[in-house]
Amino acid sequence: MSAVAEVAGLTKRYGSLKAVDDVSFAIETGKVTGLLGRNGAGKTTIMSILTGQDFATSGEVRVFGESPVEHSAVLERLCFIRESQRYPEDFKARHVLKAGPWFFPNWDADYAAQLAEDFRLPLDRRIKKVSRGQLSAIGIIVGLASRAPLTFFDEPYLGLDATARQIFYDRLLADIAEQPRTVVLSTHLIDEVAGLLEHVLLVDQGRLVLDEDADELRGSAATVVGPRAAVDAFVAGREIIHRDGIGGLASVTVGRLDPAERAEAAAAGLELAPVSLQQLVVRMTGSTEKEFDR
Amino acid sequence: MDESRPIFQQIAELIENDIIAGALPEATQVPSTNEFAAFHRINPATAGKGVNLLVDEGILYKKRGIGMFVAPGARDRLIAARRDRFSAQYITPLLAEAAKLGIEPEQLAAMITASPKGGAR
Repeated sequence: MSAVAEVAGLTKRYGSLKAVDDVSFAIETGKVTGLLGRNGAGKTTIMSILTGQDFATSGEVRVFGESPVEHSAVLERLCFIRESQRYPEDFKARHVLKAGPWFFPNWDADYAAQLAEDFRLPLDRRIKKVSRGQLSAIGIIVGLASRAPLTFFDEPYLGLDATARQIFYDRLLADIAEQPRTVVLSTHLIDEVAGLLEHVLLVDQGRLVLDEDADELRGSAATVVGPRAAVDAFVAGREIIHRDGIGGLASVTVGRLDPAERAEAAAAGLELAPVSLQQLVVRMTGSTEKEFDR
Repeated sequence: MDESRPIFQQIAELIENDIIAGALPEATQVPSTNEFAAFHRINPATAGKGVNLLVDEGILYKKRGIGMFVAPGARDRLIAARRDRFSAQYITPLLAEAAKLGIEPEQLAAMITASPKGGAR
């Protein structure tokens, strides 16, 4: 599989703060990659650097095989939808859509108009006056209609209602099914997008903690639940991702269990519960361990 | 979708279920990868992986430029395979739960015989 973008040893410092700390990964062509992590983990910084809008302190960045900084041949193939995209004063949504082809050679005006209708976007209202959700819809429309070979969506749906988010997912799926393009999606609504993602990058405190195919991640962890002594005996010697418990019960999340190990757990009277991508992310990037053991 | 297993395996299983139930008879065309993706709201590449799994197993076959079709004999082969797995998948856990509750295998057999035929579907 070829990579549309690659970073190696990427580090970004803001004064004494390391926003991105020695991160290396590749974004594969034609895939939907989830860039996940908590607030302030470094996701936006990574996307800003990949799209040439910020500079790396050190490390290699290659997008379409070249540095994205001030490089129009690379930049015109990118689209970056920021969480709080700003528009010129007095712009109406109509003007944003009209400006699309100035920045994106593959801009599809008919598609943009259709999307505006789907999202019920008031085209003639000044952007200052539209709701937060409608502002997000403008970004999503631009991102989709740009038909950019590499499109970044950074938390694109602040204020967007559940119906509109569903429209976004449906249109995104239909679009990538028709014409393959590479999409990087940063989001906190992990459960909602889990089925859309083919690859997952998880960053925490500036470091890359997970770089894995989404299908590989399914079943990569399991939660073992049962009497504390039995659970402790079963998980002894394993890497523990998370644990909590109440009274005599313990609930411990561990890595992948093979069928023999699952049978062993069942024989010991333990229950095994699957771990969703969202739970896995929360457990890998959370620090709280609460165990009520009186 | 079940969180503990890869989505493409689950897609393959859903198609298998439709073939076994007769909803997809032999030689009929199955929905396209993109239709599966849109319906289940999953990535088209993942849906394609599920369909290809069944092509590799000879359950589906490709007609170039037209689509995927259910192979002759697919239903019988799927049923045979499911029967082989039936014991491990259903009987073993049933016996384990029965043992936990102190139900003897003979009692269990009597309960099965006494339960309404056809079961709850």
